[in-house]
Amino acid sequence: MSHSNWTADFLSRLGTDMTVTAIDTASTTVWQIESHVWQRFAELAVREKLRWAAGWAEQVQNRFFINACFEKQGQYILLRTIIDESKPELPSQATVYPAANRSERHTQDMFGIKFIDHPDNRRWTRHQAWIDSQYPLRKDFPAEGTPVGITPPDMHYPFIQSHGAGVYEIPVGPVHAGIIEPGHFRFQAVGELILNLEERLGYVHKGIEKIAERRTPESLAKLAGRVSGDTTVGHCWAACRAMEQAAGVVIPPRAALIRGILAERERIANHMGDMGAICNDVAFVFAQMQFTRLRELWLRTNATVFGHRLLMDRIVPGGVACDLSEASCHLIKKEIAELRKEMAEVILALDLNTSLEDRLYTAGFLAEQTAAAFGALGYVGRASGQDRDVRRDTPYAPYDRVTVKVAVETQGDIASRFWVRYKEIIAALHLIEDFIDQLVVGELCAEWQTPAMGSEGLGIIEGWRGEIISYIRFDADNKIARFYPRDPSQINWPTLEKLVLDNIVPDFPVCNKSLNGSYSGNDL
Amino acid sequence: MNWLIAVLQSMLFVVLAPLLAGWLKCCKCYLQNRKAPSVIQPYRDLLKLSHKQPVVAEQASWIFLISPYIIFSATVLAATVVPFIAVNLPTSASADVIVMVGFFAFARFFLALAGLDIGTAFGGMGSSREMTISSLAEPAMLMAVFTLTMTASTTNLSLAIAHVLNEGLVLRPSFVFALAALTLVAIAETGRIPVDNPATHLELTMIHEAMILEYSGRHLALIEWASQLKLMLYGVLIANIFLPWGIAETFSGQALGYGLLAIMGKLAVLAIFLAIAETLVAKMRLFRVQEYLSFAYLLGLLGMLSHIILEAAR
Repeated sequence: MSHSNWTADFLSRLGTDMTVTAIDTASTTVWQIESHVWQRFAELAVREKLRWAAGWAEQVQNRFFINACFEKQGQYILLRTIIDESKPELPSQATVYPAANRSERHTQDMFGIKFIDHPDNRRWTRHQAWIDSQYPLRKDFPAEGTPVGITPPDMHYPFIQSHGAGVYEIPVGPVHAGIIEPGHFRFQAVGELILNLEERLGYVHKGIEKIAERRTPESLAKLAGRVSGDTTVGHCWAACRAMEQAAGVVIPPRAALIRGILAERERIANHMGDMGAICNDVAFVFAQMQFTRLRELWLRTNATVFGHRLLMDRIVPGGVACDLSEASCHLIKKEIAELRKEMAEVILALDLNTSLEDRLYTAGFLAEQTAAAFGALGYVGRASGQDRDVRRDTPYAPYDRVTVKVAVETQGDIASRFWVRYKEIIAALHLIEDFIDQLVVGELCAEWQTPAMGSEGLGIIEGWRGEIISYIRFDADNKIARFYPRDPSQINWPTLEKLVLDNIVPDFPVCNKSLNGSYSGNDL
Repeated sequence: MNWLIAVLQSMLFVVLAPLLAGWLKCCKCYLQNRKAPSVIQPYRDLLKLSHKQPVVAEQASWIFLISPYIIFSATVLAATVVPFIAVNLPTSASADVIVMVGFFAFARFFLALAGLDIGTAFGGMGSSREMTISSLAEPAMLMAVFTLTMTASTTNLSLAIAHVLNEGLVLRPSFVFALAALTLVAIAETGRIPVDNPATHLELTMIHEAMILEYSGRHLALIEWASQLKLMLYGVLIANIFLPWGIAETFSGQALGYGLLAIMGKLAVLAIFLAIAETLVAKMRLFRVQEYLSFAYLLGLLGMLSHIILEAAR
């Protein structure tokens, strides 16, 4: 893909009344605009095919910084506007970017910033337990919260209604029959056909953004590793990258390679788990058992080689906290060879199974246009023709020294998301081998430098679910002022509401599993 | 004496049903490269459930409370109709196969009502799906059974089995069709893969499990036991009608013991086949079930036609 410089071109097309102050920081380009043109910018951006990637706000003294991150051809732009505390309102960008919808509602809930013309101003993250006038991410709100005796239930959320003969509602969750994360799904169905699905998330809101404030870099890295347990490497890496950018720390090459190995191992483990779970949801338990077994062996190697099954806290600011001995490299390579062999056998059995094919093909179809409109990430986007991978488009160490093969399909169904995962596993195995071959002798961790007050960083990496964006701004004395992690699930969850349409109710679980969004990463 | 044996046989039937479920689970685990729970695990589960206090929703009416007892009793009564280890017993003489299907329908009627009774979306959904499936399964089942009864000129299972025994080993095309039809129906009616998945936790995909989601404690134990009985009942039906050899024709201790061993062996083999089938296929899309059951009906019909064309003249 050509990395032509579209930014100059774009700036020249902006109207004369839209003054953009471009601030080039070490990590990214910040464009600052007036708040009243916030929506106009989005309208232009959507025409220029910029992808809306993330949005968050921050309180700095008595002003709010509102940020939105856009991307085109691998180049990221951080759009910013500053509004005064006395009049916290802003025109919405969700009118043109559907992906911005929930993000703006999150900002509205957490900061009390009103988005004018927002298509849907119902509460999102802040359930009814919060008093209406409390805005948790404002600086005057205490980090320990204001606990009450009994949390009031999240009642009377105005779900979208539908009427008609034979139309009925199915409320599912947030407590499910299986041991899974909590989330509420409201279906409107006629017979078995799904007319509409509405998600209601936020049940695992942990106040990650609030408790990140005033942390040290080490402690923030640990917190980032707990944004979503299954993406501990991804989030930790993104947060560390953001902090390293802010502090101007360059990690040693050996540390970068080990980070790459950790991230690819996490990708493989999760993809194997997902592939098994997809089969299990159509009652093909055999495949699930095989994938569970393979994943378990993989995790055990994680424990022996890296000291943690899920690789938690292996990445630290400035480098990594674990080394790879000669013997471990050998072990990993041997394991990869075995996994390839076993995987080939299992995959053959699945590929030849017509009953499985009947369930997975054509079900849960996500059209290419819909995926593009939402900016769908990771395997969800790639299965619907979104050729996008941070590792290739905006390469960062260690991916700048290897070729990353991106698996793209255009079928857009469950099977497609299944096979994209498989291809990603195969590609990731190659990457691990490449990284091991290139492993250089050297330091594991660079010395940390205290960043200047107000310095910021935008860590963007490709986690196993897709692009993770982590924003960090430092306060004085090496403390964090603002941390915002954008899990790919935040972008992908809304696409589930679209891809289940025209499917039947009993096919929803497998549609959901093929997307496998993180509840924790979404609710923060 | 005959009545005593009939009662004993029915009791044995009820007692052995969880064992079959346990054995089936073992086979499936083995085929999935897993360590299996003990064969007697279903007994432990039933015992555990029976000790637990049932939790009943505030909205539950008397239908919800009595349904487990009705379902269990109706299934036990259906089991008395089917010759298990011996033929010519008074219980099977007093009722025929249509009565057995009636008992099933009766139990299902109450199960569906109980699913609707609480008023949760899942219960209603399960009941609706169950009724859809059974409305298609029952004709297919009757068609298969009629093929058999036409051969034996009786709807009484005991007499039909005795007839097959007397005829000796004859390959009847009609029986092959009827066996296939009955097997398909049995899989649908007992909620096995590919029609339903008894082991799922996904509420939205459930059929049988969705109706009983609100049940707990001894109520759940009775319903679970009833579904184990139903599974065994279909197994016995298939085993004893199509391969009746070994069943006791006299009531001597030796014949009865031999009969028990024979049926247990046959059921064990059938369970292995079922486990293999369940491991090989995924659950089908819900709207494929009608095609599946129509196919079962077609097989039943073909069985009857081949009986009329090929066998009846002789």
